[in-house]
Amino acid sequence: MALKGNLKDFGITQLLNLINLARKTGTLYLEGPQNKAYLCFREGALVYAAADGQELSLLPLLQQAGKLTAEQVRVITANVAGKPDRDVAMMLIQSGHIQQQEVVQSVRQHIVNLVYRVFSWNTGTFRFEPAELPIQGKLVTSIALENVIMEGSRRLKEYERLQDELPSLDVALKFAEKPNTPLRDVNLTVEEWRVISFVNPRNTIQQIAQYNNMSEFQIRKIVYGLLQAGLVEIIRPPRQVTDASVGEPRSVKVEERDRTDATVRRPDVKRGLIHKLIDRIREL
Amino acid sequence: MQTLKIVVTGPFSSGKTEFIQSVSEIDVVSTEKKISSRAERIKQATTVAMDFGRITIDEELILYLFGTPGQRRFDFMWEILSEGMLGFVVMVDSTRPETFREAQRILDTFRAYSPVPYIVAANKQDMKDAWPPDDLRIVLKIEPGIKVVPCVARNRESVKQVLLELLYSILEVMDQSGE
Repeated sequence: MALKGNLKDFGITQLLNLINLARKTGTLYLEGPQNKAYLCFREGALVYAAADGQELSLLPLLQQAGKLTAEQVRVITANVAGKPDRDVAMMLIQSGHIQQQEVVQSVRQHIVNLVYRVFSWNTGTFRFEPAELPIQGKLVTSIALENVIMEGSRRLKEYERLQDELPSLDVALKFAEKPNTPLRDVNLTVEEWRVISFVNPRNTIQQIAQYNNMSEFQIRKIVYGLLQAGLVEIIRPPRQVTDASVGEPRSVKVEERDRTDATVRRPDVKRGLIHKLIDRIREL
Repeated sequence: MQTLKIVVTGPFSSGKTEFIQSVSEIDVVSTEKKISSRAERIKQATTVAMDFGRITIDEELILYLFGTPGQRRFDFMWEILSEGMLGFVVMVDSTRPETFREAQRILDTFRAYSPVPYIVAANKQDMKDAWPPDDLRIVLKIEPGIKVVPCVARNRESVKQVLLELLYSILEVMDQSGE
């Protein structure tokens, strides 16, 4: 018999605890206000997860993890059309394109990240179907739930705090006029630099996140860190960007990555602006 | 408020940070030269230093100069930084021929990212063993329409001249495309 309920009354943490302690096998279907997800378990361990109607797909996953290039993905996709991910993974491992450990790690990371995302769902419904495992042909793994629950709960608290600090992602950032921190001492992670390189009053935080394929949690965390360090400041939401951010299309390489068509684009530069730059630099 | 971006690229230790520092209003940061202790070397594997400068043009316009990390292991950052750039400067240490091949590779990579105007800055022209810009043009296989400008990155006037030449190149491209 399926377990059904409301996430408001019985949260994700409690559900995962139950599945873990009872060593349940089956699938947990979640339906939030805007998203849907399902998580599969075998004897209390997480084996698979998917959300928003998007199944885990090996090749895009490996591309996103930097294990394969866009070109490699294109060629492999053409050669393996219709084959299940498990077969594709075996083929890639046997041909030496990738190591088994890298596949396992990428899949685990993807699944765990997805579960961390659903931790923030506090409204919606759930349904647990025992013994139902829709994982035929899919890449599965086995992840003990204890650490996932602990980390998920920690992130949930952090997420709530970040949401208080940064309620809206529809605001833009600019570099601080007088940074609090001596810049000479600042070291940024690659992800932070990805954000920094798009800091511009025309780009909302949401757009920066979309462009860099970052989750809401990731971008909030990074922006919060940059704000705390005094490197950037929040500015009022930009006006409709259509008048401000037209320009030439992004490079082919970027389009190949199938990034969201956020309005982070090359600036529309008029001759007058170049003359302004020239005049200013002459004055320096 | 509008911001524009010029990217300064080139091999490791070619003078990018000095170049930006010479004209920037803010303190420019780079840890490229701090790779001395073992701990820092390890840290470098996971962090990338921020390297950018700013020139306020007027109340509504700011120009940012972004330096790229010179080490090859950070080359995945180049495309990110090149997004939306107005143009780019390729810094070459004219006294270190062992870096010319790398400079050419970087130049080709950036040219592929975005068809924007660029310029080659032949740095350290104040050194007696510096290769002349004309020779650099040949070894780097620079097309005739592209400027190879002598430069001394720690000299503000010299850096200004490089930036101005890049901006003139941008105007020329605009003229050619009828903008």
